Amino acid sequence: MASIDTTVSHDNHGDHAQPYGIMRWLTTTNHKDIGTMYLVFALLMLLVGGLMALLIRAELFEPGLQVLDPARFNQMTTLHALVMIFGAVMPGFVGFANWQVPLMIGAPDMALPRLNNFSFWILPFAFTLLLGSLLTADGGPASGWTLYAPLSVQGGMGVDMTIFAIHMMGVSSILGAINIIVTIFNLRAPGMTLMKMPLFVWTWLITAFLLIAVMPVLAGAVTMLLTDRHFGTAFFDPGGGGDPVMFQHIFWFFGHPEVYIMILPAFGIISQIIPTFARKPLFGYDSMVFATAAIAFLSFAVWAHHMFTVGMPLAGELYFMYATMLIAVPTGVKIFNWVATMWRGAMTFETPMLFAVSVVFLFTIGGLSGLMLAIVPADFQYHDTYFVVAHFHYVLFSGAVMAMMGGAYYWLPKWTGHRYNETLGKWHFWLTAVFFNITFFPQHFLGLAGMPRRIPDYALQFTEFNMVSTIGAFGLGIAQLLFVYIVVRCIIGGERADARVWEGAEGLEWTLPSPPPAHTFTTPPKIA
Amino acid sequence: MSARANKALTAKLAVVVVAMFGFGYLLVPLYDLFCEITGVGGRTGTVTESTAALAKADVSRDVTVEFTAATAPGLPWEFHPLQRKVTVHPGAVTEVFYLARSKSRRATAGQAVPSVAPFDASRHFKKIECFCFTSQQLAPFEERRMAVRFVVDRELPPAVHTVTLSYMFYNVDAAAAADSTATAAATGEKT
Ligand code: HEM
Ligand SMILES: [Cu+2]
Repeated sequence: MASIDTTVSHDNHGDHAQPYGIMRWLTTTNHKDIGTMYLVFALLMLLVGGLMALLIRAELFEPGLQVLDPARFNQMTTLHALVMIFGAVMPGFVGFANWQVPLMIGAPDMALPRLNNFSFWILPFAFTLLLGSLLTADGGPASGWTLYAPLSVQGGMGVDMTIFAIHMMGVSSILGAINIIVTIFNLRAPGMTLMKMPLFVWTWLITAFLLIAVMPVLAGAVTMLLTDRHFGTAFFDPGGGGDPVMFQHIFWFFGHPEVYIMILPAFGIISQIIPTFARKPLFGYDSMVFATAAIAFLSFAVWAHHMFTVGMPLAGELYFMYATMLIAVPTGVKIFNWVATMWRGAMTFETPMLFAVSVVFLFTIGGLSGLMLAIVPADFQYHDTYFVVAHFHYVLFSGAVMAMMGGAYYWLPKWTGHRYNETLGKWHFWLTAVFFNITFFPQHFLGLAGMPRRIPDYALQFTEFNMVSTIGAFGLGIAQLLFVYIVVRCIIGGERADARVWEGAEGLEWTLPSPPPAHTFTTPPKIA
Repeated sequence: MSARANKALTAKLAVVVVAMFGFGYLLVPLYDLFCEITGVGGRTGTVTESTAALAKADVSRDVTVEFTAATAPGLPWEFHPLQRKVTVHPGAVTEVFYLARSKSRRATAGQAVPSVAPFDASRHFKKIECFCFTSQQLAPFEERRMAVRFVVDRELPPAVHTVTLSYMFYNVDAAAAADSTATAAATGEKT
């Protein structure tokens, strides 16, 4: 860690010559460039992870083994999750933070620009290593993204590559989080008090604290795996006095806050979009801030709801059940506030708003299935079935990923200076929303009927719903090519966007021209 | 903006990161302690012969103790209890036997790890003597009858009528095991 504190912010690079071509991107310390790189990387990983998902769905189209042998299948479910979580969702949100946090708080750049460059450039190497594991003799990791011992202790070299890749991703996101916290604390324009910050900035501040609190714990857990594998320790080996269940506790101590790391910035994005298109200020700003903090705080105390079935004393099961249900309260406050913001607003439904409204609606479905899973006796039935898969895709795809898509449409005109094609944007939205539900809604039924997750083959009675789900998945995948097309077109050209972009938009970023010049707010703006 | 302030805050946050990495490792002894106190994970208790002898059996109560056994992959042993279950009175010392037989042509060593279900019984299941206190070494094709002396103490919650004791035998390196057994025997240490 000693090397990082050499990267102090610099205000002296105003006029020096910009390197061209690839060197510009390799050496840039500009938050806008780095934000762009993060977003492009995340989109790329969304496509890579999506391709893996399609392989999984192709295999599950009908019973029997057609496309993948079971070992490859397990590697695909594992890598799909790791790529989506650590490659698409987390870097995507960091990309939004890089672009938006300085613009929204009136800062000239991120506080630690060189660190910023470093934390991005770790990622391509980490993912080369992770995906490279597929080429080793034993293939990639096949233990599921949760890397439970003893499976992950037994795997081949691919598991070691995964462990190192996770270390690198961890370093990247910890450095990114530190940068965001320092920026928010030290670089706010005069008058931008904490309780005046846009909600997106608030949600990211809290997310960043979650990241620095739990990513090191994950790093510790995988380090223990590594030493168990190669250096004779027995953290998770009962023969040597360890306990594999302990891995699950440590993992989920990280894992549950991690799911909030993946949703809080999404809450932030739609808290920006909804007021814009409802043309009303956000309802209950203060309660939104406190609800976000409460969710983050509680998220440290509910981890064992992922392991109700490992065997726990009754008191433990009851505690984790009620604590989990308690999180639904601040979450409900947020949903109430979004709906109240829309209530009697002068609403219009441009693409970002369509995404935001659907996030509120579909995320709520995911929250409700989460509540069902939190009920201990019910979870004994649903655990490790497709019901869980349906649950987390409702919160993660129609929560996190669709919020990012909405955010992309919302800010693209600001970032590029061009309007995207609104008709195509709406097409993209409807295709995504419809195919998403075709893909994942039937998985609730499959889970309730008892279909286990992470298996390449299944009993005949599950065939119809699986076919529907696979058809939906291919539709969903193809619809994202439209997204790529729209984004690329918008970057290249299109109708010029003015500074405000959206009639109802409020906030500092909309006072800047579209696209903003490379250096913005070099003199702090005046905050009313 | 002040580079100083940025550096100072970065340093503080870096301390948090390092502390949380340490906390991850701290969870290991904490988990151990938690299991010890609550019996989670089926940790059993131990008691000495003399203390156990002092307690009087509660003849008004019958508790069924069931036995199961398994070997982990990599240990070429047959291993099973010599009785399915016994009925005991809380407080009374009981002895039961397990049988292990090596199927290997080489010397092998195993370490048995006990676990008791349900959890609220595990702390009240106290072993006086057990083959799991040290690792066991078997010569090629050797067969060994191994004893467990235990007492179910009188504080066993009244709702518990059946207790299951299970053992899992894990492969441990034969040479290293011989070493540690020697020291354990020398110091009278029990696990
Ligand atoms: C009202 C809020 C929520 C509740 C009550 C809830 C409850 C649960 C429970 C009990 C499980 C464990 C199910 C099982 O394995 O048997 C679970 C799994 C999961 N949840 Fe949630 N959840 C909520 C919100 C979220 C959110 C917001 C996210 C992410 C953005 C999320 C992501 C996940 C994931 C990824 C898993 C599966 C992890 C795995 O086993 O691979 N959940 N949830
Ligand atoms: Cu959770």
